[in-house]
Amino acid sequence: MTPSALPLGDPAPADGILPAQAAVGAADRKFSLYAHIPFCAVRCGYCDFNTYTATELGGGASQDAYAETAVREVEFAARALAASGLPPRKLSTVFFGGGTPTLLPAGDLTRILGAAIELWGLEDGAEVTTEANPDSVTRDSLQELRDGGFTRVSFGMQSAVPHVLKVLDRTHKPERVPQAVAWAREAGLNVSVDLIYGTPGESLADWETSVRTALSYGPDHISAYSLIVEEGTKLAAQIRRGQVPNIDDDDHAVKYELADALFSEAGLNWYEVSNWSRTPEDACQHNLAYWRGDDWWGIGPGAHSHVGGVRWWNVKHPTAYANRLDKGESPAAGRETLDADTRAMERIMLTSRLSEGLAIETLSPEARKAIAGLIAQELVDPLKAFAGTLVLTLKGRLLGDAVTRALLD
Amino acid sequence: MSPMARTAPVPAATDPAIIRNFCIIAHIDHGKSTLADRMLQLTGVVQQRDMKAQYLDRMDIERERGITIKSQAVRIPWEVDGTAYCLNMIDTPGHVDFTYEVSRSLAACEGAILLVDAAQGIEAQTLANLYLAMENNLTIIPVLNKIDLPAAQPEKYAAELANLIGGKPEDVLMVSGKTGAGVEELLDQIVRDLPAPKGDPNAPARAMIFDSVYDTYRGVVTYVRVIDGSLSPREKIQMMSTRATHELLEIGVSSPEPKPSKGLGVGEVGYLITGVKDVRLSKVGDTVTTFNKPATEALAGYHDAKPMVFSGLYPMDGTDYPVLRDALEKLMLNDAALIYEPETSAALGFGFRVGFLGLLHLEITRERLEREHNLDLISTAPNVEYEVTLEDKKVVHVTNPSEYPSGKIAEVREPMVAATILAPTEFVGAIMELCQTRRGILGGMDYLSEDRVEIRYRLPLAEIVFDFFDILKSKTRGYGSLDWKADGDQVADLVKVDILLQGEQVDAFSAITHRDKAYAYGVMMTGKLRELIPRQQFEVPIQAAIGARIIARESIRAIRKDVLAKCYGGDISRKRKLLEKQKEGKKRMKMVGRVEVPQEAFIAALTTAEAPKDKSKK
Ligand SMILES: Nc1nc2c(ncn2[C@@H]2O[C@H](COP(=O)(O)OP(=O)(O)O)[C@@H](O)[C@H]2O)c(=O)[nH]1
Ligand SMILES: C[S@@+](CC[C@H](N)C(=O)[O-])C[C@H]1O[C@@H](n2cnc3c(N)ncnc32)[C@H](O)[C@@H]1O
Ligand code: SF4
Ligand SMILES: [Mg+2]
Repeated sequence: MTPSALPLGDPAPADGILPAQAAVGAADRKFSLYAHIPFCAVRCGYCDFNTYTATELGGGASQDAYAETAVREVEFAARALAASGLPPRKLSTVFFGGGTPTLLPAGDLTRILGAAIELWGLEDGAEVTTEANPDSVTRDSLQELRDGGFTRVSFGMQSAVPHVLKVLDRTHKPERVPQAVAWAREAGLNVSVDLIYGTPGESLADWETSVRTALSYGPDHISAYSLIVEEGTKLAAQIRRGQVPNIDDDDHAVKYELADALFSEAGLNWYEVSNWSRTPEDACQHNLAYWRGDDWWGIGPGAHSHVGGVRWWNVKHPTAYANRLDKGESPAAGRETLDADTRAMERIMLTSRLSEGLAIETLSPEARKAIAGLIAQELVDPLKAFAGTLVLTLKGRLLGDAVTRALLD
Repeated sequence: MSPMARTAPVPAATDPAIIRNFCIIAHIDHGKSTLADRMLQLTGVVQQRDMKAQYLDRMDIERERGITIKSQAVRIPWEVDGTAYCLNMIDTPGHVDFTYEVSRSLAACEGAILLVDAAQGIEAQTLANLYLAMENNLTIIPVLNKIDLPAAQPEKYAAELANLIGGKPEDVLMVSGKTGAGVEELLDQIVRDLPAPKGDPNAPARAMIFDSVYDTYRGVVTYVRVIDGSLSPREKIQMMSTRATHELLEIGVSSPEPKPSKGLGVGEVGYLITGVKDVRLSKVGDTVTTFNKPATEALAGYHDAKPMVFSGLYPMDGTDYPVLRDALEKLMLNDAALIYEPETSAALGFGFRVGFLGLLHLEITRERLEREHNLDLISTAPNVEYEVTLEDKKVVHVTNPSEYPSGKIAEVREPMVAATILAPTEFVGAIMELCQTRRGILGGMDYLSEDRVEIRYRLPLAEIVFDFFDILKSKTRGYGSLDWKADGDQVADLVKVDILLQGEQVDAFSAITHRDKAYAYGVMMTGKLRELIPRQQFEVPIQAAIGARIIARESIRAIRKDVLAKCYGGDISRKRKLLEKQKEGKKRMKMVGRVEVPQEAFIAALTTAEAPKDKSKK
């Protein structure tokens, strides 16, 4: 997944060599791979991820050639990391996101994965996920993914209610989801589903239906996102013109609380603000790598990477991306090297979202002073705080950004 | 047709007979500064390549807003029929806040160019300034400007002008400050029509200060017009109002860059530098004489500029208080009309109560403080000064609503103004309605021409000082214009309305209103604050009260969600920037008790217009 607008940053060199700080302590850090697949059959009205339909790209040619280009970046990455003084590290997790990765033939995905494993190796039992639209998979394609090394699939279910799916511009029929989940199970894949709540016109009962329906498929993992109206999307324009009602934060809060209650009841526990898993092992390890500040290389147009406090991002358009790699140049559009303060700030921002929490001893004395107030406001779990870890309460999860700001004041 | 003068008359040795002192008076935007530019160019005092638009408007703020705040005097040479004349042009401020400065500039002249936009016609400040000019017995040269505009209606407005000053429409000059058309003829006419200054060269020196400006390099620069006698360098001078004496470090004329001279004689206009650092020691309207041979009688017309509106100025960040204090001290050196004293607010901490000539003066001052001293300021709702007589006969002057005495009040007096409104006849009804709701009393009405009237009202200052002009403009589709001057006071039935957040009175939001308007004010303010104050983690009741009686209430529901749920696929930079933006936004908030209140809330009371309804409550 990649958002539409790229950050402003420093220029990134064509050889992809990283600043010295990237290598410091790398041997002790985990390393992941993200592969961005920037294609979708249609664009959903709410989505501003960096993805393109075949029409937008003027034909399917770039899709056909994509795997080859992506493999080229994998090879580039391995060279650049080695040349930057980083030790060889096995992949700890792999995640294919989009766009719709499963719009490509399963063979393309396994080919990219195979190339990465060949260069870096894969830790034992490592999680290898792909995102998928329910109507972009078949029994066979899922089996092929499993055989090619994938261990997990995350379906974009979004809702079980037809009128909600319609507002979201989703193409799949609700019945398609249990079918896809069953095939994935058959193939031996771990299964997650994505839900969106707070869609204009979605009632609380609609949402309850979606949650209960998702749970009835027995997934190992659920992500539930409140609908965000992103600037420049069709949804934003519809709201501006009054064609659909605006979204409402209070409605989101009520739906979050309902979802959390129903998930827990069904044995799924939160481990991150928007994510619940059946067991701690079922938590998306790749997602955790982001929040924990591990290292990862993101291949693909607009993909983001992070290695030892250096963040960079690739050019957005698939053609520009392919051109760079054809010339043997880094596809990076820009990067930033974080100083110690910024890294500390990011750590608070990221780890405070996790149920494993934030070690209070790592906070500055000023930040620690804010904790009593956060406990008084019932945003932070008091017992865990006394035991040395800052963990959000249910109310605190809903006000997570306010907690982060309080800690950073 | 006159070429530019070949030999300019020399200061201190200029025969009054060849001096012409004039100013340009006009409604704002009628083109005074532009015309002045053309004159500077035509007479050659500013070289073509140095010319920039509104040359004389020096301050940054003046340039940005396109208005003239401080007047300047320029000596320009002009030849007519082989005689080189010396013209002193004084550019005056056009805004009603600075009327006193205008009147002093006028007093330094024998004549005035009455400049009227040929597409707009006479407006309220044209009239106000014309009356001032007539009070000073100036000879008036009527001029229509902007005749290059396609929308210009020269015949119509020439008739209007002639009708106003009692001349013939054919005598009205037609110019364009933009193209320069007619400007040479205008300069010739100044020489022919305006009287030369008269004065006694042998009498003790008397010079009137018509402007006083602080300059970082030179200290205070005082602009004077010599009436009698003469001033010369290295001669001690004396201010007649205070009898304070100063060394004269430099004397000269502006053309328009300062040029030191051997002195200034009768009728001449120039500047003095004494080394003082505070404009208060050299006040507009005061008379300068010499220490050795002092005059006995000061020139008429001197008085202190009186502040009309008061507002609390507070730093957003309390630790900036010393910076604000120093900034005000500095600004005061440059602005004799500015007065202030420290005050504390329970809500806003340490700050200052500052008196201003009007709202524009307030805005300009605030902007200068913020810009020149890198400050972030909150200004509280502006207020007029009330005179409250208690039952025990004690009199208090209230410039801050939170100091309004509670109970035991015998009488409250509020300042009044005499307002003149000019507008096309079709708007008379709307204007009268507006003035009535503002507690105005009709003083009279005159037709300036068939389709234009002058309406005079006596109104409470408090009713016109904030948003009256904006509303007048919108009710008259932009055609109405306003001028006013102080006009005593009146007894009024006033009450203090308090605003409470979470049950606690916020002194910065209190206001004094007429009893009949208290309810409307309470409803308006609580409604606006509900829109402007973001949701907090707890419910915030907002109430308006007179004493213990609640007259309006609103409530801001507690925020329930403030977290970004979506994971941006590793784009952590985006999430971090979002957070930084949120933190930045928080800095623009002032903690009032436990409530975060944005800066805009403090100026909400400035206008009675409805708060924007579409503002999303995040
Ligand atoms: N077309 C035209 N515009 C003019 C003329 N004189 C001034 N202006 C414009 O009118 C506006 C106000 O002029 P300015 O000299 O600042 O007016 P002041 O407020 O009276 O000093 C500016 O935009 C000028 O460019 C003129 O003779 N013709
Ligand atoms: C990049 S999408 C990829 C998954 C796949 N293409 C699909 O849509 O089924 C990952 C998830 O982000 C979530 N998402 C995308 N746009 C969103 C938005 N504007 N607000 C909230 N969640 C959003 C959806 O739940 C989606 O399943
Ligand atoms: S299918 Fe997924 S990635 Fe594609 S447009 Fe829809 S939400 Fe976005
Ligand atoms: Mg001007």
